[in-house]
Amino acid sequence: MYLNSQPQPAPTSAETAVATAESITRTLSGAEATLHALLAEGVDTVFGYPGGAIIPIYDALYDFKEQLNHVLVRHEQGGIHAAQGYARSSGKVGVVFATSGPGATNLVTGLADALIDSTPLVCITGQVFAHLLGTDAFQETDIINITTPITKWNHQVTDASEIPEALAKAFYIARSGRPGPVLIDITKNAQMQKADFAPYQPCTHIRSYRPRPLVRSEYVAQAAALINQAKRPLVLWGQGVLLGQAEQEFKQFIEKSGIPAAWTILGAGALPTGHPLNVGMLGMHGNYGPNVLTNECDVLIAIGMRFDDRVTGRLDKYARQAQVIHLDIDPTEIDKNVKANVPVWGDCKETLPLLTELLEARTYPEWRQRFQDHDAEEIAAVIQDELFPTSDELTMGEVIQQLNELTQGEAIIVTDVGQHQMVACRYAKLNHTRSNITSGGLGTMGFALPAAIGAKYGAPERTVVAVIGDGGIQMTIQELGTIMQTGVNVKILLLNNQFLGMVRQWQELFHDRRYSFVDIASPDYVTVASGYSIAGLRVDSRPDLQAALREMLEHPGSFLLEVMVTRENNIFPMVPQGCGVGEIRLK
Amino acid sequence: MTQQSIDRREYNITAYTENQVGLLNRIAIIFSRRKINIESLNTSPSEVEGIHRFNIVVVETEEVVRKIARQIEKQVEVLKVYFNPNEDVIWQEMALYKVPTDVIAERALVERLLREHGARAVVIRKDYTVFETTGHREETDKLLTVLQPYGLIEFVRSARIAIIKNSQGFHHQLREFERIEPSHEVSENDYLNSRDKVFTM
Repeated sequence: MYLNSQPQPAPTSAETAVATAESITRTLSGAEATLHALLAEGVDTVFGYPGGAIIPIYDALYDFKEQLNHVLVRHEQGGIHAAQGYARSSGKVGVVFATSGPGATNLVTGLADALIDSTPLVCITGQVFAHLLGTDAFQETDIINITTPITKWNHQVTDASEIPEALAKAFYIARSGRPGPVLIDITKNAQMQKADFAPYQPCTHIRSYRPRPLVRSEYVAQAAALINQAKRPLVLWGQGVLLGQAEQEFKQFIEKSGIPAAWTILGAGALPTGHPLNVGMLGMHGNYGPNVLTNECDVLIAIGMRFDDRVTGRLDKYARQAQVIHLDIDPTEIDKNVKANVPVWGDCKETLPLLTELLEARTYPEWRQRFQDHDAEEIAAVIQDELFPTSDELTMGEVIQQLNELTQGEAIIVTDVGQHQMVACRYAKLNHTRSNITSGGLGTMGFALPAAIGAKYGAPERTVVAVIGDGGIQMTIQELGTIMQTGVNVKILLLNNQFLGMVRQWQELFHDRRYSFVDIASPDYVTVASGYSIAGLRVDSRPDLQAALREMLEHPGSFLLEVMVTRENNIFPMVPQGCGVGEIRLK
Repeated sequence: MTQQSIDRREYNITAYTENQVGLLNRIAIIFSRRKINIESLNTSPSEVEGIHRFNIVVVETEEVVRKIARQIEKQVEVLKVYFNPNEDVIWQEMALYKVPTDVIAERALVERLLREHGARAVVIRKDYTVFETTGHREETDKLLTVLQPYGLIEFVRSARIAIIKNSQGFHHQLREFERIEPSHEVSENDYLNSRDKVFTM
């Protein structure tokens, strides 16, 4: 039996404060100081994989088993994606341990993913002895320089005495302002070295880092004036609303202003899917109405989103008619892709209430009717056939639709990358914030299985369903071993179309159906799962689908449900690359 | 020629930073990932103890430079970034010229040329002499052209250093940052204050 480390509830801040207060100046090894720092920062779960250069930290961890839950993954990439899932579901900082050299380089994909998706992480890597740095020592890589462009901040520690300050800065930087990944590389001698440590001091200020901008009320007033005179305003919201924990403030803003609001895939869930002012998903495979009407609105209010090219399509054809108001905490996002007429630089938890206060309550019935008319068009052309197909073969959309009926929007949906991702994001019902965990900016295949493990640790009370394609699961399938060993309860919904479906769709539409290396063979997933002591089932017919989904959800532990779906189904609507959002195709 | 290439000109980016290992790489990456060549780069201590100053010269459009400046300022260890076209700064580069001493000694014309260009002897040896001069690129280039026929052995030019004309110095702003910390962290918000004069002092 491997059911020995179920997710534990996080320690309360009071417990953490006691732990901090009880820490008196004492002699510790650098490794012990590292773990004390993590506890003082409120860390309850660490994902990692040991190796030679991080053995001292793992040795110290042996005595911290009761306080720090360590999840042994099967690959460092799995470890960092799990930490991302944990951070995204809990709102806390995800923590990863890896050794030097290959251990550290295996974090690279996850770091890039976390940076582009603004996920707060602290990665702690072991490094060779300081006297060996730069000598091509065994398992030495220059991980600081390798990860410089994909971390918010990184730092190498070569002396034990530096550890508390470095970790305090790391946590502060990772979670404040626009969150992001931080890497601390600790040489082996620094981990082993004994030093006198004063009580841990969390970091609250760095001279050269100012994460909380001062909000300029004159720009809030200008934004309000623009909104109050608008005839056809449209709100686009992104993950900034979730990261700023401003869901309530956002809802109040939307409900008072009466403005229809559309979301980026990382913003999904901040406003429930069923909310009457939620008009759907933006971007390449988003909904028809919000894409088309982006090019017809008179005032565009972007909140905590970064005008990614998957959202905007061609910039020279994007919302040229609109006055743009951009609310963002990161000044580099303002004017980066779309010029803002009124920039509101600040934390949206702070700026949104100021804006709401100045708004007139409105309803825009005719304008909202336009969205409903486009919805009707999209339902007739795409959605009806996708969710309620008449052919014999199962569609990805109907699987998500059936899942919605059973979960009633209460589950966390973790998706991989590809067609199933777009289908899940488009059709999953989400009642709560932090319910949609996906690799948005980097589009990392192999993300979902480990991220779902981490998401369950971050939100143990919630049902976590990983929706994965047959391509993505084979990229990090070894993490089934992590599920086996920890007993973590993750539902794996594998949508198998026997293709690398999104690439195949592009090859069909833009490369004359030249299906170059997208026909991917699969193992017998149910047998593979069984080998890891994970229950599983495979369905390929409609009458069996709902019962199978129910069995998956009701199963007391992890479960892999493989659903065979139609092979050559395309995801529509679609804004073809090089086109404007107004040129979105329904077929 | 496209409008963009017409609008490209020399900009002087001035960054005040912590003196931190690895920061040079972090800043250099911001240029290299956009495939922008750095024409000149100088780092040195600033007027404020413990704070370093980068002077970076690029040939780009104002829009691109503004975005780069903001990306640099976003780095954790960077305190402040300004960017200015050449007319807004006083700038100098130093050049060293190594020439055979016998030529200098025998030909009075060379001596006069050196004087005309404000050059100064740094080293005089039996076999060679090293002169230095400072000035704008054209000035140091002119002396280079002049000396070439007289057996120029070696030539080197430094990175550009620049002083911003319309500036009260960074320490005032730093003092302001420090005055309010740590309870209220303030981001000095030039951009929203005066959008047409972004990142100028």
